[in-house]
Amino acid sequence: MSVHLTAQDYALEGSRRPLAALYSRNARAVIARGLLATRSSNWLVMVSGFFEPVLYLVSMGVGLGALVGSVEGPNGEPISYAAYIAPALLAVSAMNGAVYDSTWNVFFKMNFAKLYQGMLYTSLGPLDVAIGEIFLALLRGAMYATGFTAVMALMGLITTPVALLMIPASVVIAFGFASFGMGITSFMKTFQQMEWVNFVMLPMFLFSATFYPLSVYPQGVQWFIQALPLWHGVELLRQISIASFTPAAAVHLSYFLVMIAVGMLLTTLRLRKLFLK
Amino acid sequence: MPTLSAGPPVISARQLSKHYGDFKAVDGISFEVPAGESFGLLGPNGAGKSTTMRMIGGVSQRTSGDLTIMGLDPEEHGPEVRAHLGVVPQQDNLDEELRVRDNLLVYGRYFGLPMSYLRPKADELLEFAQLTEKASAKVDALSGGMKRRLTIARSLINEPKILLLDEPTTGLDPQARHILWDRLFRLKESGVTLILTTHYMDEAEQLCDRLVVVDKGRIMAEGSPAQLIREHSTREVLELRFGSERNTTVAAELQGIGARLEPLPDRVLIYAQDGEAALEQVISRGLRPITSLVRRSSLEDVFLRLTGRSLVD
Repeated sequence: MSVHLTAQDYALEGSRRPLAALYSRNARAVIARGLLATRSSNWLVMVSGFFEPVLYLVSMGVGLGALVGSVEGPNGEPISYAAYIAPALLAVSAMNGAVYDSTWNVFFKMNFAKLYQGMLYTSLGPLDVAIGEIFLALLRGAMYATGFTAVMALMGLITTPVALLMIPASVVIAFGFASFGMGITSFMKTFQQMEWVNFVMLPMFLFSATFYPLSVYPQGVQWFIQALPLWHGVELLRQISIASFTPAAAVHLSYFLVMIAVGMLLTTLRLRKLFLK
Repeated sequence: MPTLSAGPPVISARQLSKHYGDFKAVDGISFEVPAGESFGLLGPNGAGKSTTMRMIGGVSQRTSGDLTIMGLDPEEHGPEVRAHLGVVPQQDNLDEELRVRDNLLVYGRYFGLPMSYLRPKADELLEFAQLTEKASAKVDALSGGMKRRLTIARSLINEPKILLLDEPTTGLDPQARHILWDRLFRLKESGVTLILTTHYMDEAEQLCDRLVVVDKGRIMAEGSPAQLIREHSTREVLELRFGSERNTTVAAELQGIGARLEPLPDRVLIYAQDGEAALEQVISRGLRPITSLVRRSSLEDVFLRLTGRSLVD
């Protein structure tokens, strides 16, 4: 640094832009960092994330499916059990990936790896970090969804090109969970509290009409399940998979659009609590 | 540097407080730092130094009080303020998933700086940190001292106007410390404002134009190192060791020698204008210390005087 600083150099003019305290319009730097880190170290973790739903599909769809035979599809026509659960597993995988990235991953990078601590000592604001991390989670989710859809095609479970819309739809589902998950993480202080996340996720995975239709439950339980997000994701992808839509599809999609809006609002409001302690 | 100090203070804290529940990490401190000054926060671990640094960086929200950095509130203008800040945190927080040179480049991207600027800058900083050969090494393959140097190099990527250094030389060997001090001195000469916390007396005396002694979240004293020593200590100190059993009992027999007496578990300190003369008095009373040492007063003595405790405990 050869130029000598003068008093003028030390006078800053404050920006009046909204969110100037939290956002510097540079989320792409966070994204670039994530891609570079993935390239150099943790691609193995990513591969394992791809296999999980595939293994479920093979064991339950093919194995259990041999016992079950065909079941009634969303449009009333019979479909194979594997074709019935495959879209549901894709929705579950979108949920799991998004929740993992926005809760455990954020919690760890915040409190243990101190990654965000370093980022937040730069021009980056917490909203840059949040947007960047959510984008990375969605990118990863889109890759998994593409891989899973390819596996479905290989197994002969895709009968219509419309089914490809499952990929963007699962990104929407992931976005809903990721935006909400990050807001929820801001309330967490210990690893024990983080376990509650799993405590909610596992039953939601098992009971959201993933492996059998909702009609097996009494009415009260049905209402409860229908209030939860995963069921909407399962139903939405199931309808897309065979290109048979009911008006309910719009409700399912709207559910996630609202979830994204509320989740992003919650996360933004909680950014100071999450990142600036 | 008259042109710099003439302007308004670059950092101004008034009754700054940070509470965690009932615990008052920072308890109403006030100070101002003019541009280009090298300002130190001196105190033991847990005094509230790091918390103060975090509030200056806008990454910790204050409980009460006012704080402006270059005229802006860091809570309201965090990204803008930090664009001109370089931060060396107490614990290295390098990106373990990236390689050494990428750590500098990616960090520069967080400031929104273009790659055309960052590539030569990163190489220059690697040179400065003596890490050129480690450019493509993984961070976890670096030694503790290398990581520290990389953290310091990283803090300079945006050519900061204010450099926050939280215990910068902890973990560095003596040679590396002197190299760093030299580099910091040069930054100061070019007009960069340095804010540093330390519990090393020599570091504070070498680098700080002015400092505050902090304990339990409060400022105990403020001034230049020489001024503080003059006001809170004597010119010289006589250190006597009588063996750990006898230090406290002997202290009674030393009463009246020098200006003040400080019995510690491992030694007795006698504060006096003339240490040699004090030692003669001790000998003349028939006391035979195992070792004796006359030295100049240091900030350590100031701290001991102000808080009744030594800095490194």
